[in-house]
Formats: sequence, C-alpha cells, structure tokens
Amino acid sequence: MSISTLAVLALNILLAAVIIGLLRAFWGASLEDRMLSVLLIGTGGVAITLLLSFALAAPALLDVALVMALLAAVAVIALTKGDASDD
Amino acid sequence: MIESIGWGLVFVGIGFIAAGSVGLVRLPDLYCRLHALTKADNLGLGCICSGLALLFGQWIIAIKLLLIWLLVLLTSAAVAHFIARHVLDKERRK
Repeated sequence: MSISTLAVLALNILLAAVIIGLLRAFWGASLEDRMLSVLLIGTGGVAITLLLSFALAAPALLDVALVMALLAAVAVIALTKGDASDD
Repeated sequence: MIESIGWGLVFVGIGFIAAGSVGLVRLPDLYCRLHALTKADNLGLGCICSGLALLFGQWIIAIKLLLIWLLVLLTSAAVAHFIARHVLDKERRK
C-alpha cells in the first residue's frame, strides 16, 4: 500500500468518527451535550489537519492545527462562565 | 520499519478517537460522555502526534507536534472540569 492510500484511509475513518460524533449534537440531550460534540469536532479537526500536513507535505498546516487547538477551548469557557442567559 | 511503526501509532490513535465518538453517542449520562470524550481524545491525539513525529522524521516538527499535544491535554482537562462543575451547579440550584 502506498503512503497516499494509507493517508486517505486514515482521513476517511477520522471523518466518519467526527460525523458520528455530530449525531450527539443533532439529538442533543442538553446544551452541554452539544458543547461536548463541538469539543469532539475540535479535536477531530486538529487530528485531520495534522494528517493532512503530512499527506500534502505542507508543514505550515501544523501552525493551523495549533491555532485550532487554542480556539476550541474558548467557546466552552464562554458557555460555562457567561451568566447572561442561563437556560 | 520506522514508517510502519508510525502508521501503526496513527491508526491506534484513530481507533481511540472513533471509540470516543461512539461513546459520545451511546453512553447514557453527561458525565459518562465527558469521560469518554476527553480521555479517548487525549490518548488518540497523543498516539497520532507521536506516529506523525516518526513519519516526519525531523526534530523541529516533532517538538511542534509535542507542543500541540500538550496544549490539547491542558485545555481538554480544564474544559472537562469547567463543564462538569457548570452542570453540577445547575443541578444543585434546581
């Protein structure tokens, strides 16, 4: 198996896992459950970007993954610390 | 040899992330889902980062991957505590 075949296989499995995680945001028992799904999308997006940076031989995408990892936490902190509209 | 070890680590990490997302859908409680998501994601991203560091084979990129993983560990642990405390406070206020 060549390198690109393995990378495409890995990226497809990751994408399927993120889409399965999106089902929780769709059914969504509560607001916090939807936020957990957003967290999963953040981590899955970081993993997909890292794999893409290897598959495309573009090391600049590592910096994109770093920024995505930083920004994923901001939304959750805004949800839990903001008292403006509880419930 | 090193390439196959790297791809093996990457696929182990993808397996952990897939297990985390299945747990997010299947588990009954918000605290169980929090456990499944944060733990599986940390370990999965760690395996993917170490495998990709082996595949890239450069020190500077390996250090950057390590930094990304440490950042995700830190924010994910903090965020799990924030969500759990928020939900506990909400349940107590009822």
